[in-house]
Amino acid sequence: MWKRYGHLVAFLCLPALLAAQHKISGRITDARKRPLPGVNIYIKGTYDGATAAADGSFSFTTTAAGQQVLVGSLMGYQTLEQPVTISGPLQLTLMLKASISELKAVTISAGSVEASNDRQNTVLKPLDIVTTAGATADIVNAIKTLPGAQQTNDREGLFVRGGTGYETQIFIDGLLVRNPFFTSLPDMPGRGRFSPFLFKGTTFSSGGYSAQYGQGLSSALVLESEDLPTQSSYSLGASLIGISGGLDELMKDKKGSYGIEADYTNLAPYFDVAKPNQQPTTGPEILGTSLNFRRKTSATGMVKFYGYGNWSRMGFRKNSIEYPGYHEEFDVRNQNIYTNLTYKESLGNGWRLNSGFSFSTNRDKIRTDTIEKTTPAYIRSLSNLSQARLMVTKALGVLSVLRLGGEYQYAVESSSFNAYEADYVDNYSAAFAETDVYFTPRFVGRFGGRMEYTSILAKMSLAPRVSLAYKLNDHSQFSVAYGDYYQKPEPQYLRFNRSLGYMKATHYIASFQRIAGDYTFRMEAFYKKYRDLVKTVPDTSTTGTGYARGIELFWRDRKTIKNLDYWVSYSYLDTKRNYLYYPYEVQPDFAAKHTASLVVKKYFPGITTNIGATYSFASGRPYYNPNLPESKFMSERTIDYNTLGLSASYLTTIGRAFTVFVLSVTNVLDIKQVYGYRYSSDKLRREEIVPNAPRFLFVGMFMNFGIDRRQDVINNL
Amino acid sequence: MKHLRTLSLTLFALLTALVAGAQSPQYQEAMAKQVALLDEGSSYNPQTMLEISNTFERIAATEQNQWLPYYYAAYAQVMSAFMQENDKDKMDALADKADMNIGKAEALQPDNDEIACIKSLIATVRISVDPPSRGQQYGPESGAQLVKAKQLNPENPRVYLLEGQALYYTPEQFGGDKVKAKEVLEQALQKFTAFKPASNIAPHWGEARAKQLLAEMN
Repeated sequence: MWKRYGHLVAFLCLPALLAAQHKISGRITDARKRPLPGVNIYIKGTYDGATAAADGSFSFTTTAAGQQVLVGSLMGYQTLEQPVTISGPLQLTLMLKASISELKAVTISAGSVEASNDRQNTVLKPLDIVTTAGATADIVNAIKTLPGAQQTNDREGLFVRGGTGYETQIFIDGLLVRNPFFTSLPDMPGRGRFSPFLFKGTTFSSGGYSAQYGQGLSSALVLESEDLPTQSSYSLGASLIGISGGLDELMKDKKGSYGIEADYTNLAPYFDVAKPNQQPTTGPEILGTSLNFRRKTSATGMVKFYGYGNWSRMGFRKNSIEYPGYHEEFDVRNQNIYTNLTYKESLGNGWRLNSGFSFSTNRDKIRTDTIEKTTPAYIRSLSNLSQARLMVTKALGVLSVLRLGGEYQYAVESSSFNAYEADYVDNYSAAFAETDVYFTPRFVGRFGGRMEYTSILAKMSLAPRVSLAYKLNDHSQFSVAYGDYYQKPEPQYLRFNRSLGYMKATHYIASFQRIAGDYTFRMEAFYKKYRDLVKTVPDTSTTGTGYARGIELFWRDRKTIKNLDYWVSYSYLDTKRNYLYYPYEVQPDFAAKHTASLVVKKYFPGITTNIGATYSFASGRPYYNPNLPESKFMSERTIDYNTLGLSASYLTTIGRAFTVFVLSVTNVLDIKQVYGYRYSSDKLRREEIVPNAPRFLFVGMFMNFGIDRRQDVINNL
Repeated sequence: MKHLRTLSLTLFALLTALVAGAQSPQYQEAMAKQVALLDEGSSYNPQTMLEISNTFERIAATEQNQWLPYYYAAYAQVMSAFMQENDKDKMDALADKADMNIGKAEALQPDNDEIACIKSLIATVRISVDPPSRGQQYGPESGAQLVKAKQLNPENPRVYLLEGQALYYTPEQFGGDKVKAKEVLEQALQKFTAFKPASNIAPHWGEARAKQLLAEMN
């Protein structure tokens, strides 16, 4: 028995037996032989060890002897456990392998700029999206300061890389939004309907995007809604143009929340003073409400509902270009309801489920009239869209992932012009498969494809998509993307002609990105080939062609000057297309060759005030002058576009409420902006297409009780 | 035989106690040395803090049922993070490490006021990386941990130090209050005077910091 326990006794006396000290020293590096300072190196089971110095060297003494395990550990690296035999001084050369973590791994970045709080290395944060002066808290306006986006401010939508506004699709939690903008009047594009504060993540893809998304030839703007709030809050807002109020209630068990918001905007009093170019006859008046509900259904499951209802009316009068001396009136009433219900859950074994349903309805009633000259025209349109989407993802190893999914959309588009009616129904279905394969943590490939069928065209399309990204070092990466993109022609053409096909674009993108701490640099080159664009002359067909190519630069610096953050973006665009009534391929009237933006934000802690400025430039755009011969089609250019927006916000406390006062001005310098010219049908007269209110002033205050959301509000301008 | 069994059981128990249970002299000595290092002004640089945290991690790796080595490793990592506020990547990495260590400490010692204080500090590190974007998420968390710590032990002076510090550095418009900060820090000093650490290796940091802050205010 004693023999059996003898080693215990010996062990108890161990320190006395092994008093001899041995020196362990050496050098530790990563796989590329670069020194790794800070590694914790020690003999397992003892306190004996050291921290590697700046050159990777280490040295310590230990009383341990014989068979031991040497441990080397450092965050971001796989812990090394190396058996050693200690009988005298030891000199070692050690190597740590980088651990595979999402943080360090390369990400697909060609064509897309992501704003997210979840990952640190993103070009933008969600707040940046809304902290842009002059953007007036409109997501799309803020996106326009990023490379690839055009300053096309006279038409609805986001114009990207030689594409039209229709070629950009907006998705909320994976679901397509049919009417993301307020109904617009001629030359007055509608703002985006959705508040930037609903979203925790925004991805602006100017091309080469994932097979998860379809029906956008040029671009996808992918919005990801917020999760549970951290605290309940109530808010109130008042400004020159309206009032708003809301509550966001976190349930007692902290697993659910619900919220309701309402706002009322009336620009009539403002326009009475500010005198826009077109004289308002009704409103503009907008009443909006929204409801949301979010509930964690398990540790990994979440249900979210968002519902939005909006009613607006506005009318304007201007001098008629067609009938000199007469006035034209436009009047629009709009109702819009949007709902979005999503459910996410982990299915175990690396499988995850993402499902969503959405219903939206949009009704416009438009009246146009040349007073005392023509009989009024009444245009009505109703578009309903119901959709369901299901996606399952499977984690393959640590980083790789497989995505499989399907979508179904049922759309009813009806419209009438006086007594004429044109309605259609479309059943659209799509299936996609895509996988992100990490060959190494530094090298990833995304391979996917999307199959679509739409009943209105009775045609199937198959779109392959491929992206590759390689990380050169901790901060820099290089990526390329290729993909085919299909889109149905716009409803106004589908209504009258059912024999059209899909429009098609093929993207090729190469990009370099470096994000080091507070500095970001991006450079991207692209080529996009258009086929089967809609032609209206001589007949409506999908036989148009075109291309776009260009180079884009982005630089952001948040460090050099304290409390100052700025970014610069520049886009060079060479694009031509032959579509609609164009006689041949030519630079279209919505595209500018050079576009640049400078966004600056500075915080003054002493007066708790944020000042922001945004300057944007776009070179002159072509316009159609019907007096020129066909050989000179679109050969004339408007003046260059310049605008400077400023905003200031002062933060304070009134009673228990955090309060922010906001002042913002667009086009501060009152620089003249001309987007194009409109000619009378006899070609004798023309009018400039200019912003309706060349300069817009906003003064408001926002109060928030509970959670401090002031930071939201200040950055809202 | 019976004797032998008793003896062996006793021996085994003794061994267990030495290796794992109560604090071995070796543990006491190593901890006391490192804790004393933390109190020294010359340690007040990111590199030394990191080295100290590594030493605590080494002790923790051996003494896996002691919460203090994990606690101090996290504390030293937080301090190291605050000392290199220009390197945001590093701050996040250190906060990740501190999070991991304090999680292990908490598993051994749930509902501990000192651990809650460190968790509050870790949230503060996260905020410092990107205040506008992260304030909303981590601000309430940092505050909630202090509330929890105060509930667990209203006599812990570090709770008042951290509270006063937060009030002092937060701009008034964001809920900071310099007058109140001073009151709370003075309260912290009183608590420090009354505070007797359970041992020479129990948490006792902060008094010098509270005095320094108060001196800045006057």
